[in-house]
Amino acid sequence: MSGLADFRDEVGRSGPVCVRGGGTRWELGGPPAGGTREVRAPTGVVAFDPAEMTVVVGAGTPLADLAEALAEHRQEVALEGPSGATVGGVLAVGRSSLRRPRIGAVRDALLQADCVGADGALFTAGGPTVKNVTGYDLCRLLVGSLGTLALIGQVILRTWPSPERVLWMQGSATPEAVRNMCFRPSSVLWDGQRVSVCLEGYDGDVEAEAAALGSHLGLEVVAAAPALPPHRSRWTGRLPEGSLLEVGTGVVHGLVEVEAGMPGPGVVTLAARIRTGFDPDGRLNPGRDPYRIAA
Amino acid sequence: MWWTRRRSIELLTRDLEAAIGADRVAGGASALHLYSRDGSIIRGGRAGVVCLPGSTEQVAACVRVARAHGRAFVPRGAGTGLSGGAVPCDDPVVISTTRMDRILEVDVDRRIAWVEPGVVNLDLTRHLVGTGLHFAPDPSSQQACTIGGNVANNSGGPHCLLYGVTSVHVAAVEVVLPDGEVAVLGEEEGDAVGYDLRGAFVGGEGTLGIATRIAVRLTPDPPEVRTLLLDFTTIEEAAETVSAVIAAGIVPAALELMDQQVVRAVEPFAKAGYPLDAAAVLIVELDGLPAGVSREVEAVAAVARDGGARTVRIAADEGERARIWKGRKGAFGAIANIKPSYYLHDTVIPRTRLAEVVTGVNAIAERHGLIVMNVFHAGDGNLHPLLVFDHREPGVMERVLAAGEEIVRLSVEVGGVLSGEHGIGLEKRRFMPLLFSEEDLAAQRVLRDAFDPDGVANPHKVLPSGSSCGDVQGLPEIPEGVWV
Repeated sequence: MSGLADFRDEVGRSGPVCVRGGGTRWELGGPPAGGTREVRAPTGVVAFDPAEMTVVVGAGTPLADLAEALAEHRQEVALEGPSGATVGGVLAVGRSSLRRPRIGAVRDALLQADCVGADGALFTAGGPTVKNVTGYDLCRLLVGSLGTLALIGQVILRTWPSPERVLWMQGSATPEAVRNMCFRPSSVLWDGQRVSVCLEGYDGDVEAEAAALGSHLGLEVVAAAPALPPHRSRWTGRLPEGSLLEVGTGVVHGLVEVEAGMPGPGVVTLAARIRTGFDPDGRLNPGRDPYRIAA
Repeated sequence: MWWTRRRSIELLTRDLEAAIGADRVAGGASALHLYSRDGSIIRGGRAGVVCLPGSTEQVAACVRVARAHGRAFVPRGAGTGLSGGAVPCDDPVVISTTRMDRILEVDVDRRIAWVEPGVVNLDLTRHLVGTGLHFAPDPSSQQACTIGGNVANNSGGPHCLLYGVTSVHVAAVEVVLPDGEVAVLGEEEGDAVGYDLRGAFVGGEGTLGIATRIAVRLTPDPPEVRTLLLDFTTIEEAAETVSAVIAAGIVPAALELMDQQVVRAVEPFAKAGYPLDAAAVLIVELDGLPAGVSREVEAVAAVARDGGARTVRIAADEGERARIWKGRKGAFGAIANIKPSYYLHDTVIPRTRLAEVVTGVNAIAERHGLIVMNVFHAGDGNLHPLLVFDHREPGVMERVLAAGEEIVRLSVEVGGVLSGEHGIGLEKRRFMPLLFSEEDLAAQRVLRDAFDPDGVANPHKVLPSGSSCGDVQGLPEIPEGVWV
């Protein structure tokens, strides 16, 4: 698969179709209905301008390949996924990195998307610059839509300088105490008793904050982020046994699968109109529904 | 016929008064005149009647009454918008949110505040003094503009370079949809399940409904802030230095450029000690933790000297820092000393191409015999060329508009976009096809129609349409009339 035009032709104008990325979260929101044709999005880093802090990349590109290209210039994107995940897959699922409080949400990273719509025509959402309010914000709508509105072929993402140092600490303290002692920690996790915090930035700053967390709250440096339980749900004010809360993002990582909460009636109607508007015949990722993802 | 028009507005007004109270409905000549325009240069708008609801229920009632009378509605905040987004076309019901101005709740621990849409941007940040938190979007109009207006336009400001535009800071929004139903889009923390309807709504310029309560994210105040003033003998060197700072892997909190004309206009009141002989100055603000800030100050100073900066001045105290910013934030007011009118543009270009485009913009103005002043968010490539003129000069309008169009075209040619923070409104609808194909615009239309199937929410704005506001009721596509 080379370019966007080939991708468009492969998607075609009729019949149920979906894009397969790394297949790492294929069951989320329901797998595509039987008989849905699978296509692949273009791969490869098309253009990376470190001085612009943007990258043009095929949606089928493995996230690891993109990360490697960016790392050469000490930059990164706010996209994270399981091993084998693709850029397009991470955008379609829309789940943000654990480091979201610092690096930002996935939906804030997508500047422009070249997509194929249900009618088989290419269209572009958003624009190439880091700041843009020209027309409607289709990019944020596409992130997390599981390919039900359009199929993303190529994107422009915003990049950021990589932190000089990333450090995880853990200990018995409250998340509030940790947050009050740090300036914009990149992650704070809470299991009901123990807190884990990720510090990142310049060496001197990370060391100073780590020293303060150590001496005042008794936190200790650990090698990596804590292992996350497999299922995600939204914080409802209660932390089940064995769960970890992402403080500030409302995501709970738990041991038990939880069904997605129902949005309000106005939202359900609006969402249905949006899906039907973009895909009147229901040919894009039939069977998949972003409203079935609990968090 | 004029009497049927008057009669139908009387009936509309009667029903609105019954729904929300006579003291919340204004239909007198002076009110209609006041609400016929916004901060843009566009004149000729016409409001049918103006409503000043005080609650979500009253906003919904206004929308339902408008619909029952076959009227469109136009949401409005403080009216500081610069693209005509709040200019009413064809006698709509103008729904002003300025009386919904309460800060409802501030949750310091969770860093969330619920506000009504009429809260003035700066009032929220003032309210937060002492909490160690602030609301990051800081448009130049922040003393007057409302947070509801910020949501409608996805507003920016100098500090959006590092912290992001309004959308990044809006967690959830309660809206009255164009059918009069109320829905909450988004979540206080993290992402709502399903489509990011919150993200789609922000920046909708009032065409997708009216925000009635907004949950904004609050940003911790940085422990260390350093503000640098760099001065250059050519504007190109200043622009190249902007690109070089970003290329060095530094994203400052703010990175602003002011050219010589602006510096000379603002120095008399700001008294910041800007060098009056500099061709351009850069204001660079670095914030964060002390060690990193010190290193970034050194790195920016080195990049600046390599780039030809004559002096690198670091504000010694809060007073000096405030004076440096006073000049930048008061720039537009100071322009009046030069010429009575100005037309402010707002395009974004790749930040690596600043130098050539600024040179190009200046050449365009010169070719049209106009004065151009540059004061803009250089760090994210957001140009704000200001064409200043005296509107009483015969033929000047044509030159201003021609130059403006050339600036827009130049920006798009180098890979830029039409607007970075002012929005499209009425002003830039006609330029949308420069950036978007028919298919691109059709996709945007799908989103709009899903929110507003009957086309009653702020019609004629954002998307180019066959029946333009101008066609409908004689509002000139080319702005004219009284200029601010």
